[in-house]
Amino acid sequence: MSAPAGDAFLRIDAVTKDFGDFRAVDGVSLDIPRGEIFALLGSSGSGKSTLLRMLAGFETPTEGRILLDGVDLAGRPPYERPVNMMFQSYALFPHLTVWDNVAFGLKRDGVRKDELAERVDGMLRLVQMEPFARRKPHQLSGGQQQRVALARSLVKRPQLLLLDEPLGALDKKLREATQIELVNIIRSIGVTCLIVTHDQEEAMMMASRIAVMSAGRLLQIGAPAEVYENPATRFVADFIGNVNLMDGTLMRAPDGAAEAHCADLVHRLAEPLAGREGRPVTVAVRPEKIRLDAQEPLQMANRVQGVVRAFSYFGDCTMYHLELPSGARLKANVENDERHGELDFALGDAVWASWAPGSQVVLTE
Amino acid sequence: MANGAGAVRGRRASWGRRLVVGIPAAWLLVFFLLPFLIVLRISLLASDGVQLGSLFEQVDGHWRFAGQLQSYALLLQDSLYLSTYGHSLLYAAITTVACLAIGYPFAYFMARAAAGLQPLLLMGVMLPFWTSFLLRVYAWKGLLDAQTGWVGQALVGLGVDRLLFALGMIPADGQLMYSPFSLVLGMVYTYLPFMVLPLYATLSKMDLRLLEAAQDLGATAWQAFWRVTVPLSRSGIAAGAMLVFIPCVGEYVIPELLGGPETLMIGRVLWDEFFANNDWPVAGAVAVVMVLLILLPMALLNRSQEAEAKEARR
Repeated sequence: MSAPAGDAFLRIDAVTKDFGDFRAVDGVSLDIPRGEIFALLGSSGSGKSTLLRMLAGFETPTEGRILLDGVDLAGRPPYERPVNMMFQSYALFPHLTVWDNVAFGLKRDGVRKDELAERVDGMLRLVQMEPFARRKPHQLSGGQQQRVALARSLVKRPQLLLLDEPLGALDKKLREATQIELVNIIRSIGVTCLIVTHDQEEAMMMASRIAVMSAGRLLQIGAPAEVYENPATRFVADFIGNVNLMDGTLMRAPDGAAEAHCADLVHRLAEPLAGREGRPVTVAVRPEKIRLDAQEPLQMANRVQGVVRAFSYFGDCTMYHLELPSGARLKANVENDERHGELDFALGDAVWASWAPGSQVVLTE
Repeated sequence: MANGAGAVRGRRASWGRRLVVGIPAAWLLVFFLLPFLIVLRISLLASDGVQLGSLFEQVDGHWRFAGQLQSYALLLQDSLYLSTYGHSLLYAAITTVACLAIGYPFAYFMARAAAGLQPLLLMGVMLPFWTSFLLRVYAWKGLLDAQTGWVGQALVGLGVDRLLFALGMIPADGQLMYSPFSLVLGMVYTYLPFMVLPLYATLSKMDLRLLEAAQDLGATAWQAFWRVTVPLSRSGIAAGAMLVFIPCVGEYVIPELLGGPETLMIGRVLWDEFFANNDWPVAGAVAVVMVLLILLPMALLNRSQEAEAKEARR
């Protein structure tokens, strides 16, 4: 999925931003090809919003360059950039109707009246807000406001669309439907799009590639499945989804295979040792990769016994929290794929957790 | 049972609400509406200069309405009254516009100042209230003197007095005091805080992301100001304008101290009718018309605000 370097439509080149002594963005480089939907994922304070604001022109990079279609954006104020942003919680103008909100940007550009009306109407039709054109923003639901905000940011046909927490203001049920609709509209227009969010689900659902950001740096860039299944660092593994992290040491098994010796068990690893014997590592296992059994599954290489200390029932699955012999906790997600009213295990049960050798990720950072 | 408890709480809450609304309502009734009705009654009476007539007379055992509109007719006949009303409205309007022109940028930068600085600036706006109003207005007499007052000297030195003369705001070059200029200056000086405070309240609440959104959509900072900031502060502008305009129309002290022969305002006429001419019916009529003149813009404002609120509820 990653594009060759020469093909970058948006190029962020070693960009750094300092606020006084605080370095908000630290040497970020990123290439995004034309038409891609890309997500920047990070917690608050990770620098993702600062990066977004530099793209929009509200902040100036301390160092580095931002190139859009080969043109350096430095020194261009927000109102002269071919970039439009859909703001967090939308920032619709409360004193203007839906129609005037969407028309605002075109009016600033001095677009002719008939063309203006045509484009505004067309955009409202695209987001299915035509019947609400005369309403004021406060008369709309959250989902409707979001569609107006999208229309407003697309009507000027920007070369780059920025979305700041696009689904953040919507409730969970609405989000799923909205994200599909949103992605369809963005795809149909073909605009290059950068999403900034702290919500990993939002990022993974909408983007074809995501970048995980922390303390001003990009930690990992890749397709959602790549980042989820092959996290590069402990931070990324922990940040995206649920994970069990166990510290241990890499060792060679008598049969020559690689093993990671942790407090509660010895992990059989699928990858070669490659001369890293004796190195401290962290083994990461996702809860849904773990199987629970009442009897010891002797055929499984990776197994450990624990006591059920807590569980959370989600309907489609149940998350069990096991206490291992060392006192460490292990989370295991069991799918409820058969319909019976009882849970498989009760509090205080001793159960065996096991997983296949390829299920873990060995992390050195 | 839960319902019953809720109903009791609801009833108690509504009693509390009635009390909270009732006290100011009673206050307005006793100290505003009743006196107004008394003045209204006086304005309808006949007077021989010594004694007032009565509103109702008994003729042949029947009660008859004996009120008359003679005092109001006089207000229309004598051009003094009309031109005085005109002056009062004009100077109040000039003062309001000047307060808005000075107060809006002030409130704007106050609302955008560093959070730690804002209380200090707010304090600065209210500080003049700590000194007697009379003293502060009186001080302008000295300050504006073209020979001895340093403000007057500066204005004359800069040639501003010639501009003011050209605008008809002073009677002659170098004659700053006792002119429309000194009157408006005094009123602007006195009422500026009443413009700044509501504007500050509106502007400090404004969502700054709206300005960023405007810029993102291609508006320059100046366009964003006129297209977003100003429309969104309309309620503050209206409140400030009312707070300045209304007391200015009836202002008595400032025209007395700083005004001149050309700036006869309705407050002075009112005083004269009551205490110099002793013509209470005419004085009452002057007062009633003044209240109506002030109520009119207020009613219009109320209606536009109600329409806005109704739209917000829809």
